[in-house]
Amino acid sequence: MKQTTIDIKNVRTLGLLLIGVLLLATLPLYGSPYSVIFTTSIIMYIVLTVSWAIFSGPTGYLSLATAAFFGVGIYTIAILGEEVQLFAVILLGGVASFCLALLVGALTLRLKGVYFAVFTFGLVELIKHVLLWYEIKFTGTRGRFVVVVDNTTIYYIMLAILITLLITAFVIRRSKYGLALQSIGEDESAAAHIGVNVNVVKTITFAISASFMGMTGAIMATRWTYIDPYGAFKSLYSFMPVLMAIFGGLGTFYGPILGATIFAYLEELLITEFPYYYMLIIGSILLVTILYMPNGLVGVVQRLQRRISGGRGANP
Amino acid sequence: MRILEGEGVTKRFGGLAAVEQMDFHVDQGEVVGLIGPNGAGKTTLFNLISGVLVPKPGRIEFKSENITGLKPNQICRKGVARTFQSVKVFSNMPVFGNIYLAALFGNRNNLTSAEAAQEATDLLEFVGLSAVRSSSAQDLTLANQKRLEVGRALATKPELLLLDEVMAGLNETEVAQTMELVNKIREEGITIVMIEHIMRAIMNVCDRIIVLHHGKKIAEGSPEEIATNETVVQVYLGE
Repeated sequence: MKQTTIDIKNVRTLGLLLIGVLLLATLPLYGSPYSVIFTTSIIMYIVLTVSWAIFSGPTGYLSLATAAFFGVGIYTIAILGEEVQLFAVILLGGVASFCLALLVGALTLRLKGVYFAVFTFGLVELIKHVLLWYEIKFTGTRGRFVVVVDNTTIYYIMLAILITLLITAFVIRRSKYGLALQSIGEDESAAAHIGVNVNVVKTITFAISASFMGMTGAIMATRWTYIDPYGAFKSLYSFMPVLMAIFGGLGTFYGPILGATIFAYLEELLITEFPYYYMLIIGSILLVTILYMPNGLVGVVQRLQRRISGGRGANP
Repeated sequence: MRILEGEGVTKRFGGLAAVEQMDFHVDQGEVVGLIGPNGAGKTTLFNLISGVLVPKPGRIEFKSENITGLKPNQICRKGVARTFQSVKVFSNMPVFGNIYLAALFGNRNNLTSAEAAQEATDLLEFVGLSAVRSSSAQDLTLANQKRLEVGRALATKPELLLLDEVMAGLNETEVAQTMELVNKIREEGITIVMIEHIMRAIMNVCDRIIVLHHGKKIAEGSPEEIATNETVVQVYLGE
């Protein structure tokens, strides 16, 4: 009996997902050019948020290095975009971020709590200033041009990255390594004492999440045609995923997706409608979220569901 | 046969020697009690054996294999499991999940998820937590959380189990139940080293007792010998 309800639920979720993917995949056919560009931005934020949440969600390690990995992707395409084929550059952007995260992770993932957060934040600044120094000292110019790619291609590549990421996140969450990540968040030393190789699990997951950020940076940079260290390594890109994930609800699979979608949409809407007040409004929304919705949007949805179903299936 | 052996094991924190030049051994199938006043170095010794700390200098062998300097997860998979003085259960996970995880990652035979789930179910029965298997670990009583830690340690299929004050803070009945559990574990053929302050429990359960004081071993012997040992009485009761 229980089995069948679960199956129906799975089929329904799968059906909804397929319809969603189909709608997104055909968007350039019926949507306006603006809607394609707009959706690309939203997808970018979803990818950054979900990939951030793969690692930081279960482990509780607050990483502020998103901008670093995103920026590495941006610089990869700025340097290699002319010579190497587009898909290869994007993959290379992912690989470069993966390697950087492996290195940084192996060195710093033993830092706990606020120390890790501060270090990852510092990493963004460090890379930014090393690049600035290098450009001024050796190339003599600040910034670079990036190859131009048409908006539909960017859109499809972002969509492909999103789908790969969602599958990866889902598989990790359902696998035994998902459980291991969660146990690290609960109590790292206990996790080590039951045989979890905490350093390897943490570092690899950190690197996987970074690779998606790198790929996203590589393709998104083509939209901006010109980049410099200040634009590529903006700490805003580190904070947005954190805010979006909290807004949506950490700890669930859908939370970060929902949070990023609505938040990015809101941001775009507010920036065009209320250019002067938009930061104020965003800030107020965040305050309300943190004060009254500790489990984010998903928490609110779950509470509503529970109220409607009168407690049925409240404990799935 | 010696299952665990330590040679000149030392650990200094700054200038303070928490454990100094300790030689010790544990035989296969034994229950060894580790007692001593607070700060004697008992938990530090556990941390040295389980790999949280590395002795410097000193050497620890498990089943005649040098395990000095290995990481906790490696030592766990060699067959040494432990519980913690302050409970470290995975609070937000279900009771079942706590044990299941240990069976998945700690067992040297690399169980499949179905085997690990079976193992976890059996162990819940063994430690007497089947009734609360779906509750969140944080909702358990202290006694049950300590049982859960024992169950989680057992899920890694250890040959040597280190119990760090599993009875502290429990009431009379719970202490008796835990003593029963310890005896059941020993009947499974698992060697046990336990730190405990409850003398009644230690005297009843242990084959041999090691007494630590200021990081040094000051006495060793059967419960009867220890109970009448003059140095031990002095350390505990004063001159």
